[in-house]
Amino acid sequence: MMRFILPFVIFLVLSVFLYKGLGRDTREVPSPLVGRAAPAFVLPLLHEPEKKFSPKDMQGKVWLLNVWASWCGACKDEHPLLMELSRQNIVPIVGLDYKDKAVDGEMTLRRAGDPYSLVIADLDGKVGFDYGVYGVPETYVIDKQGVIAYKLIGALTAKNLRETILPMVAGLQAK
Amino acid sequence: MRYLSILLLCLLPALSFAGVAKDIADDPVMERRMMLLAEKVRCLVCQSEPVSNSHSDWSKDVRQIMREKMQAGASDQEILDLLVERFGKSVLFDPPVDKETMPLWSAPFILLLLGGAGLFYQLRRRKGQVVDVELSAQEQLRACALLNDPDLKDTPQKDTHA
Repeated sequence: MMRFILPFVIFLVLSVFLYKGLGRDTREVPSPLVGRAAPAFVLPLLHEPEKKFSPKDMQGKVWLLNVWASWCGACKDEHPLLMELSRQNIVPIVGLDYKDKAVDGEMTLRRAGDPYSLVIADLDGKVGFDYGVYGVPETYVIDKQGVIAYKLIGALTAKNLRETILPMVAGLQAK
Repeated sequence: MRYLSILLLCLLPALSFAGVAKDIADDPVMERRMMLLAEKVRCLVCQSEPVSNSHSDWSKDVRQIMREKMQAGASDQEILDLLVERFGKSVLFDPPVDKETMPLWSAPFILLLLGGAGLFYQLRRRKGQVVDVELSAQEQLRACALLNDPDLKDTPQKDTHA
């Protein structure tokens, strides 16, 4: 009997691992930044380059940092969701225009609509690198103390917004 | 006239100048050091390719940052630490042995131990199953006869085993 059960059990275990592997995005790498203070920076605003923004300005607020670019295709997919989120006025969304030309970034927002509370320009991508950005779009949830609570690699979806990000934002705001 | 124009056409290539490929970094020694280091780093957008081989924008950025840090006097280890801090240990092809990566590093040894234990168990069990059968004098003779018999294949085989 053992002769049949053992290979069958091994087969089952393997199947579970392989099945789990099917649903995984291999691009997703757990970010070591979650649970750590958001890296400090000072960057100019996209629309008014003479004004500067720093994460310190958001101290005491829960906020989203959304990394996007005019050249990024998946950003267009998540754009309607961001528009919707900004209409609901639940949480400030700071857009970070990553490795882009300021003109292109501005044109994109003018054409498609601007969901952001403010947009900062990281035209050479230095700040993006500090945040461990390697695929655009990426979205960070940052808490009142300026600690990164969550990082999403890839486009927002209605599902992960509803099931992960919004409950997390509500929880952090209540703290 | 015709020969003259052919001659002139032959001279034409002399007028074409190609720009000389510029060393990416001005310092070839540092460039080599950078590439050696970049071999140890995984391109996160392409996964199974090192940053040194990849043409992705992200890898280009990483190489540029390596150059800048090297110019600023950072050691190789400092640069790797910086990358791990931002992108996690999976950027290294050879991640350090620690609490988090222990399952990864120990898995082959655990599997080897399990396999060895299984093999040991099987062999022990089989040893217990094989019984030495004492042959009687008559059976001995028959066995000798069978072994010497050239038409062994044709003789009907009688199962003498238990």
